[in-house]
Amino acid sequence: MTANTETDPRALEQKPEDFASQWRLIWIAFRRHRLAMTGAIIVLMFYLVGAFAEILAPFDPNESSSANIYHPPQMVRFIDHDADGGWSFSPHVIGMTMERDKFTLKTTYTENPEDKIYLDFFGKGEPYKLWGLIPMERHFLTTENSDERFFLLGADRLGRDMLSRTIYGTRVSMSIGLIGVGLSLLLGLILGGVSGYYGGKVDMFIQRIVELVISLPTIPIWLGLSAALPQDWSPLARYFAITIILSLVAWTELARVVRGRFLALRTEDFVTAARLDGCKRGRVIFRHMMPSMVSHIIASVTLAIPVMIIAETSLSFLGLGLTPPIISWGVLLKEAQNIRSIAQAPWLFAPGGAVCLAVLALNFLGDGLRDAADPYVQDSH
Amino acid sequence: MLLFYIGRRVLWAIPFMFAVSLIAFALISAPPGDYLTTFAATLAQSGDVVDEARLDALRERYGFDQPFIVQYLRWIGGVLQGDFGISFEWQQPVGQLIWERMALSVTLALATLMFTWAVALPIGIYSAVRKYSIGDYFFTTIGFIGLATPNFLFALVLMYVAVVHFGSDVSGLFSSEYQDAPWSLAKVGDLLSHIWIPVIILGTSATASLVRIMRANLLDELYRPYVTTARAKGLSEFRLIMKYPVRIAINPFISTIGWAFPQLISGAVITAFVLSLPTSGPLMLQALLAQDMYLAGAFILLLCCLSIVGMLVSDILLAVIDPRIRFR
Repeated sequence: MTANTETDPRALEQKPEDFASQWRLIWIAFRRHRLAMTGAIIVLMFYLVGAFAEILAPFDPNESSSANIYHPPQMVRFIDHDADGGWSFSPHVIGMTMERDKFTLKTTYTENPEDKIYLDFFGKGEPYKLWGLIPMERHFLTTENSDERFFLLGADRLGRDMLSRTIYGTRVSMSIGLIGVGLSLLLGLILGGVSGYYGGKVDMFIQRIVELVISLPTIPIWLGLSAALPQDWSPLARYFAITIILSLVAWTELARVVRGRFLALRTEDFVTAARLDGCKRGRVIFRHMMPSMVSHIIASVTLAIPVMIIAETSLSFLGLGLTPPIISWGVLLKEAQNIRSIAQAPWLFAPGGAVCLAVLALNFLGDGLRDAADPYVQDSH
Repeated sequence: MLLFYIGRRVLWAIPFMFAVSLIAFALISAPPGDYLTTFAATLAQSGDVVDEARLDALRERYGFDQPFIVQYLRWIGGVLQGDFGISFEWQQPVGQLIWERMALSVTLALATLMFTWAVALPIGIYSAVRKYSIGDYFFTTIGFIGLATPNFLFALVLMYVAVVHFGSDVSGLFSSEYQDAPWSLAKVGDLLSHIWIPVIILGTSATASLVRIMRANLLDELYRPYVTTARAKGLSEFRLIMKYPVRIAINPFISTIGWAFPQLISGAVITAFVLSLPTSGPLMLQALLAQDMYLAGAFILLLCCLSIVGMLVSDILLAVIDPRIRFR
């Protein structure tokens, strides 16, 4: 005889959270965090812009022209009105003519409604090599007539297009943050891991070093180190040297996070169990301890990138970081250093806007990741 | 017990200072070549005859031909007696050049710290108590923007706004008539009327992070049972919050001196450069670029020591306030 017991259907119903893996749980918690999602999308866009800088930039960032000195930004107009009252969809900008004051040499631009510069999506422009490898000539946005130019973000004192320069700067500034954090992560993981795993005298010694590095005022140290770089190094060597300098000072925070996690995990039951089961030291660390720290480390790494970006920008701004011909946001902002040039051309601040947006987005992303990675945080949103 | 802790902490600071001095010296002697090579190059460029014998004599006098450790010992020995060496560029003892600038740097950092506390405390309390109110969102947004803006950019934008919209120049710490005047009450007043701009610029990001910390800490405390108990006993809401949870949540304000001081000092370098303040930053930058090694070294050393002293003060204050730390 079978007992005909009623089963509550709700008991059988399973929510995805009930059997999700740790990563899936983090993803679910993260997706609820609207600000962090926005941050993630913006960060992704910045990296895409950096990756495809050659396609997105309308012009060669180093091409100067004396006819376009401090050319103000132009608005894109999508609807073109014909003389006979009809209209059509064709994006264009209104051309501007320059006048130069004979005495002060100050340039002034006036709109010339007759002169319409038509724009073309994925039109042919100057040829370039994508990532230095693939020869291409189509740009995301170009002028139909390849002799004409347009300036959505204005031009600098040599008539170079600020939009193209900011886009190329994105590549350098965003990647220096990433590579620098990668290097400091390596340092932090090794030293923090050793410190936290062995404890005792080793820990004591490494902790003193960390304290020493933390107590140093970063910018004077950065300045001193970059002033020590030989001036005749190639741009690429300089780029990597600056990255290393930045990460030499920045690894401490990551080392502290790693050490703290190691110390906390060392006494956990599952680690003791693994050790008692006869797992080798490497297996205990990589198979059992690492998975429960990775999420924290990712969050700390995300929060360390903006610090790097600001540091690079500040150093280059002072002329001690990257130097032309490398284009980074800091190098671009160096142009905005004296008050006269920004009074005449406030659009030189544009790379600064990019810095703020990128840093803000990375901060939101990191905060969200940290909250999502912590299983003990109750969802308060 | 407390005295023992303080004594141990102070003793720890001494090897730190030495390590820092070694780092500072390594930094300034790292660039290839020395001031004399730069000097000789400039001379050669301008067409002057470079007298090798004279250069060698100078090199010997400054000890450039000695090994690193000997140079370091000579330098640190001098520093301990208050002699920082000679600035090549200015042809003056370094000691004469740095003290007024260092004093202004410290004044600026302290003023910024005061500003940070004075602003962050009430805003942090407000944001925690009125969680998710319009005011909270407003301050949180401003805080995030403050954190995301590099100091120098903020300084540039402020200068731009001041010049274009108000027609005034906000750079410098003194009006031109007081620039070289000896110290007087009027000069102090003039300093006070200028110092608030760099203070705001420097203080924004520290304030923003402090508000976030204060808010989070206070939120942890606000829903504890002891708060409910006090409320049930009829304590007025203001007294209740100020007397118990705030007192516990305020700890990070003290430990802030530890990390905010180095940050303020190093952040001030760039802001001071943009606003052309007569503090240590711009002169240090110039010295670094010109390989004027003793001048740059003195600044790096002093700024590092200041940070260490800041850490020390904050550790001691924390121990005074929180007995748990002493016994660890």
